[in-house]
Amino acid sequence: MSVADAAPVQSGKAQSAAAEAIHVENLHKKFGQLHVLKGVSLSARDGEVIAIIGGSGSGKSTLLRCINCLENPTSGIIRVNGEEIKLKADSHGHTVPADRRQIERIRSRLGMVFQNFNLWSHMTLIENVIEVPVHVLGVKRDEAIAQAEKLLARVGLAEKRDVYPAFLSGGQQQRAAIARALAINPRVMLFDEPTSALDPELVGEVLKVIGDLAREGRTMVLVTHEMKFAREVATHVVYLYNGLVEEEGPPEQLFGAPKSERLKQFLRNVG
Amino acid sequence: MAPGWGGTLLVGLLHSLEIAIGATCLGLLIGTAGAFGKLYGGPVTRDLLAVYTTVVRAVPELVLILLLYYAGTDLINQVLAAMGYSRVDISGLAAGIFVLGFVQGAYSTEVIRGAILAIPQGQIEAARAYGMPPGLMLRRITMPAMLPFAIPGLANLWLIATKDTALLAVVGFFELTLATRQAAGVTKAYLLFYVAAGVLYLAVTLFSNLIIGRVEAWSRRGMPSVKEAR
Repeated sequence: MSVADAAPVQSGKAQSAAAEAIHVENLHKKFGQLHVLKGVSLSARDGEVIAIIGGSGSGKSTLLRCINCLENPTSGIIRVNGEEIKLKADSHGHTVPADRRQIERIRSRLGMVFQNFNLWSHMTLIENVIEVPVHVLGVKRDEAIAQAEKLLARVGLAEKRDVYPAFLSGGQQQRAAIARALAINPRVMLFDEPTSALDPELVGEVLKVIGDLAREGRTMVLVTHEMKFAREVATHVVYLYNGLVEEEGPPEQLFGAPKSERLKQFLRNVG
Repeated sequence: MAPGWGGTLLVGLLHSLEIAIGATCLGLLIGTAGAFGKLYGGPVTRDLLAVYTTVVRAVPELVLILLLYYAGTDLINQVLAAMGYSRVDISGLAAGIFVLGFVQGAYSTEVIRGAILAIPQGQIEAARAYGMPPGLMLRRITMPAMLPFAIPGLANLWLIATKDTALLAVVGFFELTLATRQAAGVTKAYLLFYVAAGVLYLAVTLFSNLIIGRVEAWSRRGMPSVKEAR
């Protein structure tokens, strides 16, 4: 498989004609007795930036983590690039992916960025960035290195290529994690509260990188607490409350003229 | 020192090292499989492994060696006889490696299990999120990430293995301790030979420490020095 066959869509605007990259329908997730998601639907077309906002415990991270089955949904439909993730019940009655190879293939095209960076600590930055292209996608090592150097330069870390993650600041680690996600040439980037673990003065450098990606037309699903940022970069905002979509729409509408009382309250509290 | 006895001791040392290396390798294999079985296996696997680690760690090693060596060779020969083959002499080397490796495996299981649990869970999650198949994840992420946490415990086990080879003297395996006893018994130079044996064991430990120190530093290459963290 070559990296080139999944080139990102370069159009800046979301078009209704664009293909649906992520489709989530009536998703439920229970952790034991706890019903975290109670029937959530979500759609991201190519070039769209979906921001998921909501209070603590609203289920927004769980929703994102269900898209690549880091959490297995209890029920519901998930389609990535039109391909439905096959699920089955295991011997304990839990829903799990039915086809390990299918889920691995789908995951290898979704660039996930975590709250706590989760870079591999025994690898330098360049090794982190080439790891998945070389060992999962089968890209040639020298090609992967050349591409990784460009990506590290892009996030401003060219000189840190041979440094181990633990010797870097949180902001630098998160930018490296974004380079790692970009290296797989993802169809969709998934951001799980990418700035929540950062010191306030480091948030800006990471948001700038994510903002640049949004502006160049990357398809993204972004869970965030940064409302101002969501308003700037998102094409569509989803407000989750207690496991359900309380309100959704374009950012101007959601932030400018929210209808739901709960959303108004939420925006007052975070603003 | 009578000429020739020094060579005898060195042959004994060589045999001891052969057993210790073989047993440690076997122990690492059993320990890795055991740790993964205990962490990710089904209920039956986990129960069997719990019995294995508990029994092996509860019974004195000398008893296990006598039991496995005599009962083990006897059992193999009975099986062979039942199948119509003639009896075989199990080589002391193979039996020693098997017996000590079996014991080492139980301790290694717990050391490696603890090391895997110490890996920051997010790194495993990132590997899953990027579609790594289980074998690749084991080789590229889990093993190297757990190594710094496993090395102190595994180094202990290696040093114990070098000394446990002395226990095999009781089943007549010609290792350093038995060689020393023979040399001392014949020449009556007890102090000389036992001190010499002690020095050889010490030399093995010192050399091991040197190697282990390097391996540990390499495995911790991505971790800031603890001293700097004060």
